Amino acid sequence: MNVGLYVWQRLTAALMVPLVLLHVVVIFYATRKGLTAADILARTRGSLAWASFYGAFVVAVAVHAAIGVRNVLAEWSPLKSRDAGILAGAFSVLLFLLGGRAVVAVVLP
Amino acid sequence: MADSRSELTVLLWRGAQEGRYETYKVPSCENQTVLDIVTFVQRHLDPTLSYRFACRVGMCGSCAMTVNGRPRWTCRTHVATVAKGGRLKIGPLANLPVIKDLATDLRPFFDKWQEAKGAFVPSQTRNDDIARVRPDSAARIAADAAIECINCAICYAACDTVRWNSDYLGPAALNRAWTLLNDERDAGNAERLRAVAASGGCHACHSHQSCQELCPQLLNPTASIAALKRRTMWAYLRGEL
Repeated sequence: MNVGLYVWQRLTAALMVPLVLLHVVVIFYATRKGLTAADILARTRGSLAWASFYGAFVVAVAVHAAIGVRNVLAEWSPLKSRDAGILAGAFSVLLFLLGGRAVVAVVLP
Repeated sequence: MADSRSELTVLLWRGAQEGRYETYKVPSCENQTVLDIVTFVQRHLDPTLSYRFACRVGMCGSCAMTVNGRPRWTCRTHVATVAKGGRLKIGPLANLPVIKDLATDLRPFFDKWQEAKGAFVPSQTRNDDIARVRPDSAARIAADAAIECINCAICYAACDTVRWNSDYLGPAALNRAWTLLNDERDAGNAERLRAVAASGGCHACHSHQSCQELCPQLLNPTASIAALKRRTMWAYLRGEL
């Protein structure tokens, strides 16, 4: 890991701290209040706030997790750093697409 | 004073990268060091045994070996503190190529000192006045805390990250780089900062702290590496890297 990857992993970790806490609060709220899928979608559809919140979450996860996976592959597998970087980059794109798809599904009107 | 009634069972690595442990019986003495044991075997039991030492007083850093699973300076390690049930297993340092028996090839270790820009780069000539470094300056205090390294490579042998990542510069080289970054006379810090911020540099460290746990000089390379991480991070954010 070089300084650039280190900084991006720490910055995204710092960003995710409040996001994870709020996400947990949302889960507890939704389950304790017995919200249905329709209730949730009624709140999220067309909401710029929820789109921004979970959009930022997806971007942070895609960057943060991929850097960690790259390090694990580089240190624990026979892959060279370059190949580990390519695989981790593909993993980042996959996380972004899956997460982005989920966000779009709940926020588009 | 030798005690003929008690003997130590000593297993010594014989061979090179491939080899085996062979068992020797060595008389137990008071105040015996691990280096005394190895020397006894070579002088009395098997003169073909290869190992390395020089000063015998904990200054030169050349006698480090793996003793009962941990890297130690053998000249200052008393048998009584490490022998379990009268048994010692002594091998070459880990993470380095074995030349023969207990002697390792330290070139990778010192090559990484060079890669980390561990050599002083003078900013003045012999015609200039002697630089005045205030002993109470923050930089000098930081350098003082890390400067007494004897290059024994114990931290390098103890480091998990070195074992996993052959590009990693290692605790000693990074600790050295940190001392030079705090040397106000040095003129090579821009290049040094780039070297320790690159892949295999300080950010590869996982802070397992085996280096500071086992450093015979009681240095804390983990703290030096953490300081390098902070220094390089701010340099990166300022666009200097």
